[in-house]
Parts: sequence; structure tokens; C-alpha cells
Amino acid sequence: MDIIYTIWLRNLKRYIRSKSRLLGSLGMPIFLMLVLGYGLNSVVVLPGMEQGYIGFIIPGIISMSVLFTSVFAGIQIIWDKQFGFLKETLVAPVSRLEIMLGQTFGGATTAVIQGLIIFVLSLFMGLKVSSIPGFAIAIVFMILIGISFTAFGIAIASRMDDMHGFQLIINFVIFPIFGLSGALFPIDDLPLWVRSLTLLDPLTYGVEGIRYGLLGTSQIDPLICFMVLSGFTVVMVMIGSHLFRKISI
Amino acid sequence: MFAITVENLTKEFGNFTAVNGLSFNIEQGEVFGLLGPNGAGKTTTMSMLSTMLKPSCGKASVNGYDILNNEDEVRRSIGIVFQDQSLDEELTAYENMDFHGRLYRLDKGIRKKRIIELLELVELADKKENLVKTYSGGMRRRLEIARGLLHEPKVLFLDEPTLGLDPQTRNHLWDYIEKLSREKGITIILTTHYMEEADKLCNRIAIIDKGSIIALGTSDKLKKDVGVDIIKIVSSEKEKLWSAVSSMPGIKNIEIHDDSLTIGLKDAEKHVVKIINMAYSRDIPIGSISIHKPTLEDVFLHFTGRTIREEEASGKEQMRMMRRLRR
Repeated sequence: MDIIYTIWLRNLKRYIRSKSRLLGSLGMPIFLMLVLGYGLNSVVVLPGMEQGYIGFIIPGIISMSVLFTSVFAGIQIIWDKQFGFLKETLVAPVSRLEIMLGQTFGGATTAVIQGLIIFVLSLFMGLKVSSIPGFAIAIVFMILIGISFTAFGIAIASRMDDMHGFQLIINFVIFPIFGLSGALFPIDDLPLWVRSLTLLDPLTYGVEGIRYGLLGTSQIDPLICFMVLSGFTVVMVMIGSHLFRKISI
Repeated sequence: MFAITVENLTKEFGNFTAVNGLSFNIEQGEVFGLLGPNGAGKTTTMSMLSTMLKPSCGKASVNGYDILNNEDEVRRSIGIVFQDQSLDEELTAYENMDFHGRLYRLDKGIRKKRIIELLELVELADKKENLVKTYSGGMRRRLEIARGLLHEPKVLFLDEPTLGLDPQTRNHLWDYIEKLSREKGITIILTTHYMEEADKLCNRIAIIDKGSIIALGTSDKLKKDVGVDIIKIVSSEKEKLWSAVSSMPGIKNIEIHDDSLTIGLKDAEKHVVKIINMAYSRDIPIGSISIHKPTLEDVFLHFTGRTIREEEASGKEQMRMMRRLRR
């Protein structure tokens, strides 16, 4: 436990110190929220959405910011590998699993903080939270997205030698995961093949879960969301720790 | 009991043998040097001894613990300073130390006390709250050494501790390492390709080339093994001088370099007069003349037939090959 805490602590210290990264990763979500939210709010009418299109996408934007922050946090171990710090951790008499879990929880924590910042900002944009327990449910889903996708990032980073493949991962893996998740559009009326794709995307269940928590309505049963996302989290942590164990430097 | 025993240790990457059947023992409290060019297998040996790499075959133990069966105990017994920097630049010196202390499960009180002591030892105590990214190369090295000592290891591994540092900082670090060995009685194993460094610090030196030990002993013994002194003559007509000198008796070897001639022979002091007289009688000008006792550089040349610099180039080639194979 001490070891996991130690590594978690280091991640948090680094996060708090790097103001530019903190602000930089808020840029894109805020931009999307303003442009899409205000831009399409009057054009897009969603039946049953009292808070309009902007209310609809806020959970999606929160998921996005948790997703990106957590994947980055996981992939960060490539820097540690390149700048040598990973060696210091790996040569200590601690198990790789502890290191991996510390890194995962550290990344998830920063990702949830990042999501909460977006949440607070969206309160100013008119978001009305349905209930306090609902808010707690949203937090749970944010934590699950954070843990699973940090582990996902660690799994990728364990297989990469340097940052050259980074752009590839962002464009061909992370953006599709975000785009297909139903963060920006309702999934009920999609053509069948697109709908199947969105249902294969684990983030869909995270977005829907947060949407249920914040707005009180969702297109997928929140219990199913919770089960699918929990399952995905467990699998990702297993894959991540397996690949991390095999890193050699 | 030996601090380190190594028996027939071998590491292969594909069909490239990086370390080939090394065997040696290191006494407790000894400073032991692995000297050789880049790519000779020094770092690979260190990695195996520190349990970072599994050997292909052979055995080794550190502080009495087997490197294969008792990884955690080996890790607890060693402190290590890697060839490449391994600090977190976004943290302060104190935080880097603290992180290390927590990883090795030191209690809070002990951790705090030792961190301060060690930072004082390496003269960084007044800068302990500065971020490491503001540190110079020498300060980072010192911090890494202090960090490696935090959990009071029995054996300290230093992989090229002074690589890329300026001469002044290097001397400073050498003093620290000597002090450590003297005051703490800690066993130190260091790799280097600086002859001077091995000569100054190590009780015993293993010269390692292409994965094998080619000579092992104290620096004095290794130099005696070479058996000859060296006379270096700078002359504008070195070819003429070469043909004249090579016919003299007692000459072991003679070589022409860019601007000079080096002659290897026994009891150089007695022969130098003869050489000068002969050059004078044949009207060969002599720019300067010097006699020196063999250095480790000559030892390396003697045992491998190459200078360590010639070896550097081919060593890099090998490294490249190794990297390709590892992918």
C-alpha cells in the first residue's frame, strides 16, 4: 500500500506543478463545449432533453476530458522510460504490480480532477444537476473511466519505445473512442451498424453513466453501464499490469 | 564471505554474446573496477548483477544472495547509480530522496534523518528544495550517489559515474567515492572507460573486452605484466629514426604515430642515452623525448593489441547491432 501511495503521490505532485499541462488540457473541452454547445443549441432539438443540446453534451465533454487526461497519464511512463526515472523504480525491491497500480491510481486521480474542473465550469454554463446522489454516481463513472483508460495508456506505453507513435495513438485510437461514444449525439436513432460500433465502445457506457448521474436520464440502463465499464476496467488493469511486467530496460 | 561472486556469467542477445563467461570475486570493502571500451559488456554485467537482466547462463551472488532466486534481497543490498540519469526533474532533490526512501520502506524518522545527512555529505543540503531540473550535471550525479546510499546498501554499483562531466567535477566526485569507501567501508563496483579513473579509485581492476575479462589484478600488477617502459620521441624524420632504432638490441616494439615514435623496451633510462647519441651521429633531429612507465592505457593496448579509442568505434557498431537484435 505504501508503495502505491508513493507513486500516486509523485504523479499528483507532478500534475500540480505543471500548470501549463493543466491549463492546456482544458482548452479543447472548453472549446468544444462553447462551439458545439452554443453553436448547435438552437438548431438541435432533442426530445425529452430539458436542458437542450448543451446540457446533453456536457457529460460527453466531461468524459472526454477524463479520457484524454487518463490516457496521457498512462502514456507518460514512456517519458519515465526515456528519461531514465523508470529504472530507479524498477530496480527497487517492490513488485511491478504495485508500481503499475500506483501509476494507474495517480493518473485516474488527475483525470477525475480534470473532469471536475469541466463540471464546475459547466455549472456556470447553466448545467443543473438532478440530485446529490446523481452527482456521486457521475463521480463513480468518472473514476472508472480514469482507471480503465490510464491502464490502457500504460498498456500502450509498455509496448512503445518512444513518443513517435504517440500521434498515431491519438488519431487512430483515442479520437475514434471519443467520437463513437455518443458523447456528442444520441445513439438511439443511429443506423444499426453505427449503433453497434458505439455499443462496442467502452466509453459509451461511461458517457451514459455520467449523463444518468447528472441529468437523470440516459439511453442505456445505468446498471448495465456500471457493469460493462467495471468489467472493462478490470480487464484493462489486468492487461496493463501484464504488459508492464514485461517491460525490460 | 565475498561481497560479490560471479561464476561463468553469460548474456546473449540473439546470436550476439554481450557477456561471455565472466568469473570473478569481489572482497567486502573493496573498490572493484570494470574497465573497457563502450560495448564491452560492462553495463550488461551490471544489469545482471542488479537483477535488471536475466543471465543466459552462469551464476552470481551479491551480498550472499543469489541473483536469480533471491531478487528482492539482492535489490535491498545494493545501491545503484545508472549510466544515464534517473532522477525526476520535476521534483526537488529532497523529494527525489524521499521517493527513494519510501520505495525502500524506510520509516519516516530514519528517512528524514538520513536524507539530510546524505545531502550534507554531497554538499547539496542548502539546495534541497530546488527542482532537479535547475541542477548542473555534477550536482545531479552527486544527488544520485546520495540517493543510492539512502537505504544503506552493502554494495554500491556505479555505472560510468563521471561520464560527461568536466575534469574539475570529476575530481570532486572521485574524492567523494574515495571518502565513501574509506569511511563507510562499503563495497563499490564501478565501470569506466577512463583509465585514469580506474587507476585512481580501484583496488583491483578487471579489463574487459568483447564480453570477456582479459586481465585482472591491481593496477600495479597489470602494469608490471606489460613489462616494458615506453619512450616517446617527436622527430621530423621519424622514418629515418625508426630504421635506425629498430636495429638496436633490447627493443620490444616500435611504432610510428602521427608526429612521434613510440618505443617499448625494458629499463628505458639506460637506453635513452644510446638512442640520442645514435640520432645525433646520423644527423636525425629530435624535437622532444620522454620516458614513461606503462599506464593502464598501455595495459589495454598490451592485452588487446588496440588502443581503447580504436575500440570505441567498433564498440559503437556492436551496440547498434545489439539494439537491432533486441527489437
